[in-house]
Amino acid sequence: MSNADTGIGASVKRREDLRFITGEGTYTDDLNQPGQTYAAFVRSPYARARIDAIDVSDALNVDGVIMILTGADMAADGLGDLPCGWMVKQKDGSDMVTAPHPPLATELVNYVGEPYALVIADSRHAARQGAEAVMTDFHELNPVVNLASAAQSEQIHAGIPDNRAYDWELGDKPATEAALAGAAHITRLDLINNRLIPNAMEPRAALGVYEKGTGDYTLYTTSQNPHLERLVLSAFVQVAPEHKLRVVAPDVGGGFGSKIFVYAEETAVIWAAAKVGRPVKWVADRSESFLADAHGRDHVTHVELGLDQSGRFVGLKVQTTANLGAYLSLFGSAVPTYLYGTLLAGQYRTPNIYVEVQGVYTNTSPVDAYRGAGRPEATYVLERVVETAARELGRDPADLRRMNMIQPGDFPYQTPVALVYDIGDYEASLDRALEAIDYQGFPARRIASKDQGKRRGIGFACYIEACGLAPSQLAIQLGAGVGLYESGEIRLNPTGNATVFTGSHSHGQGHETTFAQIVSDKLGIPFDDVEVVHGDTGRVEFGLGTYGSRSLAVGGSALMMAGDKIIAKGRRIAAHLMQASVDDVSFEDGKFLLAASNQSVTIQEVAFAAYVPTSYPEDLEPGLSEKAFYDPKNFTYPAGTHIAEVEIDEATGEVDLVALVAVDDFGEIINPMIVEGQVHGGLAQGVGQALLEHGIYDEQGQLVTGSLMDYCMPRADNLPDFIVDTTITPCTHNPLGAKGCGEAGAIGSTAAVMNAVTDALGVKDLSMPATSEKVWRILKGE
Amino acid sequence: MKVSLTVNGSKHKVDVPSNTLLVDILRDHLGLTGTHVGCDTSQCGACTVHLNGSSVKSCTILAGQAEGVHVTTIEGIGSVTDLHPMQAAFRDRHALQCGFCTPGMIMSAIDLVNTSKGLDNRAVREGLEGNICRCTGYHNIVAAVLQAAEVMQGSSDE
Ligand code: FES
Ligand code: FES
Repeated sequence: MSNADTGIGASVKRREDLRFITGEGTYTDDLNQPGQTYAAFVRSPYARARIDAIDVSDALNVDGVIMILTGADMAADGLGDLPCGWMVKQKDGSDMVTAPHPPLATELVNYVGEPYALVIADSRHAARQGAEAVMTDFHELNPVVNLASAAQSEQIHAGIPDNRAYDWELGDKPATEAALAGAAHITRLDLINNRLIPNAMEPRAALGVYEKGTGDYTLYTTSQNPHLERLVLSAFVQVAPEHKLRVVAPDVGGGFGSKIFVYAEETAVIWAAAKVGRPVKWVADRSESFLADAHGRDHVTHVELGLDQSGRFVGLKVQTTANLGAYLSLFGSAVPTYLYGTLLAGQYRTPNIYVEVQGVYTNTSPVDAYRGAGRPEATYVLERVVETAARELGRDPADLRRMNMIQPGDFPYQTPVALVYDIGDYEASLDRALEAIDYQGFPARRIASKDQGKRRGIGFACYIEACGLAPSQLAIQLGAGVGLYESGEIRLNPTGNATVFTGSHSHGQGHETTFAQIVSDKLGIPFDDVEVVHGDTGRVEFGLGTYGSRSLAVGGSALMMAGDKIIAKGRRIAAHLMQASVDDVSFEDGKFLLAASNQSVTIQEVAFAAYVPTSYPEDLEPGLSEKAFYDPKNFTYPAGTHIAEVEIDEATGEVDLVALVAVDDFGEIINPMIVEGQVHGGLAQGVGQALLEHGIYDEQGQLVTGSLMDYCMPRADNLPDFIVDTTITPCTHNPLGAKGCGEAGAIGSTAAVMNAVTDALGVKDLSMPATSEKVWRILKGE
Repeated sequence: MKVSLTVNGSKHKVDVPSNTLLVDILRDHLGLTGTHVGCDTSQCGACTVHLNGSSVKSCTILAGQAEGVHVTTIEGIGSVTDLHPMQAAFRDRHALQCGFCTPGMIMSAIDLVNTSKGLDNRAVREGLEGNICRCTGYHNIVAAVLQAAEVMQGSSDE
């Protein structure tokens, strides 16, 4: 049977949808346990304060309150700090300076919303009332909130001068400075990359269960990577040994990075379950999500791009201060360094690049990976400065980019910032995007807008990203605390259907469909006969979860390898069944074929024989189940062009995004429908950053944008229909030829939109988000 | 307080504190966990259900206001083997990813189609302004609603 409708390349409708559209999904908050209790966290109302005393007596008297646990209790139980998983080396070769991060604060609180105690009660309501009744004596300290002046402010953490976690660099400084000194033109730009708050629609949640009889712990939680969660909780925090802890991430309602990290709350919940002797459940209010989910972005950057007479880029120098928040979150250190500086070559042949990044602590929520993680920030810097250079030189922005692009014949291409791009065709995406937006017609559209009292602008972003973080050894050399491979296992059952286990995790990406397509295609088993299991350390051997657009390129590749092993073993069984030599048996479309004969056996027959070995090779183990760990040889490099067109109402300053085109090269595509959906979602987040979203703290470190009333999320009427398309150069080093598509939308679109807005307004820069108020002030000449 | 209400055609009596929200009655007392809670400021629409036939955010209704009402939740409009046209269109047009906003989005969309004539892209976008989706960028949601509208309005004209 051919799998044309369900195999690789088919837009198969998602099987997970059936449960979601009927209300039958199972998210963490939908799970309940007999005898369960509820936790509420007691959080700091101050951005920086010393805890002098905690009085829980009133709280303990609240009806229904069972127990109150503080940071001191946790420390007394010997629980460790929440670790940062990536050690960044400083310019002088020394290690970055990590501030201790106890899951529950003990003596000092360092951001508004930092938890320092939890109340366990019979009901959610009682837990909350109890939390409100906890009386704490705080001694307020001066908070450090402003990123630009953080280094000159009071020291937040003992032993960390200048509030600096690290001073990092990449590239050749003297060569870059010399190139800039000799440049015919230098474009300079000061940019702010605004803080974002992820806001996955499902708030974080945890349900901890402790079995007294066996000492087993089970943690149900909203995680993008349950195995990593288990590893951190056992190896670092030491809540329970790894083999006694099962972490289950059931249906998870979006993550965008924010559910990668191991947080205080689930740590406290699983610990408390053993202390109370009953299951403990916690579900964040949206207000808690705003305060206590890791935020994203938040950079201040100065950039200089040097060009020669003809417009060729000769040097790029970037100086960035990155806000890390009050503590280093799990990957907070890596995002503004290895995931940022390494991307600054973009799609261009710039021969000299130097970047330095100061990572600083402030009294704000920790900052970590949010969709794109470092790559949108790099793209923003590069594509804003390139567009500005084109304007300063009176060049067409598409042409200037084109003449600097790395050409198809240049691959593999070693950039001056460590990466080796394997393949791409950047002009192909640029051309397709120019066509899609009708670039030729833009001048006429601009005039037509002007006639209606509106200003029209167009903006480009030609981005590149590095996905499928790899290879493990290199990453570990660069400071990663874990390997970056992925596991996959295919179990053929005796009746011939397959159960597939992957260590990557789906929280909206549709793995249950795409991974089934891959295995169905690879083994010639009907799509409906392949079940995909993920998100449970009790069922899946190991895995690193989902982040960095890695699932397909890394996790999918592991399944391809496991499939190869199934076929290899199957050939031996089939050869035996057909009384032939293994060398004469080949595999195609679910059948083992004997050369020069019309004999064949199906993979289902082989599976049956493997479990009921009546006639079976003597030296072969029964069973047909294979697993593989795939460790990527290199990053993958999705790239593309995003073009935005905006129209600004002169009277109101309102920015109307009239068109947004995204043409991306993701390599080979398994399910085009799902890929388009991923792009759409990323574009909305990228546009959100440019036009609507901004996480703002006031001088006292209070989060001003702490609810969905104050933090402006993109809604349906803020966005247009998107125009998306793909070009394909297959990744050269993984078995699927796939590169990853989860983040691209959010990487290119932000710069494209801001380039369009500044084009329309005729200004050099405007800080994001370009709200109507800001735009209106510019139009008024303020 | 004691509250009697009809949910998806079945009569229920619950005894809850008076500050209990309808969404909590549905989720915690009736086990209808398809209705989700995405915020605490009545902004996200994840909790949308039909109350006496019109869509409402069930996090804005107190127990006392639920006395005698007829509620329809996502579980009450169709099943895996018998999908409502809106559910079918959401799947067909890939209008969901994580699925968390989806029940509320579908309930709002059904009400929008039931109460509007000649829906176009803009009208759907404005009509769904009260429901936030962080995953899809709304593009496919709009397409799905327009597709379902054709089916639903076509059949109701008969
Ligand atoms: S839960 Fe967000 S509107 Fe009701
Ligand atoms: S599908 Fe995830 S929030 Fe809408």
